[in-house]
Amino acid sequence: MTELKKTALNAVHRKLGGRMVEFGGWDMPVQYSSTIEEHMAVRTAAGIFDVSHMGEIEIRGPQALDFVQYLTPNNAAKLADGQAQYSALLTPAGTFVDDVLVHRMGPEHFFICVNASNADKDFEWISSHAGRFEAEAVNTSSRYTQLAIQGPKALSILQPFADTDLSAIKYYWFTRGHIDGVPAIIARTGYTGEDGFEIYFDPAESERIWNRILEAGEPHGMKPCGLAARNTLRLEAKMALYGHEIDDTTTALEADLGWIVKLDKGDFIGRERLAEQKTAGVTRKLIGFEMLDRAPARDGYLVFVAGGSEPAGKVTSGSPAPFLHKNIGLAYLPIGQTAIGTQFEVEIRGRRVPAQIVPTPFYKREKK
Amino acid sequence: MAKYPDNLQYSKDHEWLKIEGDTGRAGITDFAQNSLGDIVYVELPKVGDKFEQGDPFGSVESVKSVNELFIPVSGEIIEVNEALADAPEQVNEDPYGKGWMIRFKITDPSEVDSLLSASEYEDFVAEQED
Repeated sequence: MTELKKTALNAVHRKLGGRMVEFGGWDMPVQYSSTIEEHMAVRTAAGIFDVSHMGEIEIRGPQALDFVQYLTPNNAAKLADGQAQYSALLTPAGTFVDDVLVHRMGPEHFFICVNASNADKDFEWISSHAGRFEAEAVNTSSRYTQLAIQGPKALSILQPFADTDLSAIKYYWFTRGHIDGVPAIIARTGYTGEDGFEIYFDPAESERIWNRILEAGEPHGMKPCGLAARNTLRLEAKMALYGHEIDDTTTALEADLGWIVKLDKGDFIGRERLAEQKTAGVTRKLIGFEMLDRAPARDGYLVFVAGGSEPAGKVTSGSPAPFLHKNIGLAYLPIGQTAIGTQFEVEIRGRRVPAQIVPTPFYKREKK
Repeated sequence: MAKYPDNLQYSKDHEWLKIEGDTGRAGITDFAQNSLGDIVYVELPKVGDKFEQGDPFGSVESVKSVNELFIPVSGEIIEVNEALADAPEQVNEDPYGKGWMIRFKITDPSEVDSLLSASEYEDFVAEQED
């Protein structure tokens, strides 16, 4: 077995009682105390996550914007300095190499946050297309610790450590400032459906900053949170996970991510195929569902349209939803079977169990 | 409460067995509930179902995972813990009491000899944790 990669906080997680598991080649905490408690802390107070396994790829050069525009389907030309957007790296077939967050650091500098398990593949993919552009891609993943501080109290807990007014950072914007004196990218982004921040800084300072924020946050209900809570939080918010909802067999339109596909922005990888698919219409679509019986649906369980004998697809993510107290999931269903309220069946240990399509996201925070 | 009460027998699948005359009562051990974390769903068999020693008789689910349950000795189900449908967290809170799962008629009492005592099970768990 190849040696698992470790973040700079590995020893801290172990000391906190984190249960460590392999995730995307990394040795990561799946939970510390209880997934339900960690999930609820983020919905009601705050949670801190070490997400340093995520990769960072930076693109610089006079044609950095043109290069990003060619690589991604969303319109990076709309970004101002200090603004971020959800986007993707697509294949010519319009399917996913990865989903990414594109940050515009400056007119000739973009910072792309990518999935841990895809970081090397993404960097190779990006590099293989760099020749056409006056721009350079560098894999800077090892230069950053990334912490996510999420929840309704994230701002008030983090503010005393920041040298900038965090409330002035709008959702999906970021600033370059300092956290506890350490230079950091401070982004109002996240993967939980809550307000919060993701901060990127020098790994050498990881332990001190993690400990200081957690110590300050604990009296306010902050908990260290593992990958299990991160997964249930993102699922309640219906955020896609690579390898589940999206991969190189699913297109952005099928994945209900048409809003990141800007066909009229100019050429990009996958554009031609997605334009055809948009005209012809997709034959299947990602839907959200609730189980109508007690048993939870799980990743990979087969789904059947009502009365169907052949499986129509699989559950891409299925789990108990700790905040909603329901068993929820996402699955691809044939178009025509995807209306809200439609009932279908999930096979659980050989038994067909009823499920119903519901509006998504399952959870949406109240905007102040 | 002892982590592994002396009056119970234990299987290497982390189930406990309490012998009550010619019937047995079974559930999962403290080690198992702690490893699983928050239990949110327990699927149990029907009264009258028959199982051979080590057969899966149901499943227990945490937020994160689904795990099969294995009967410690052969038996025919005479009662299941219906209360777990509404309160699966009892398995976490009281694994040897309110968290019991099945009662069954023991069909081959000699199989009990193959199970572990509390101290043997404790050693077994210690090895697993290494």
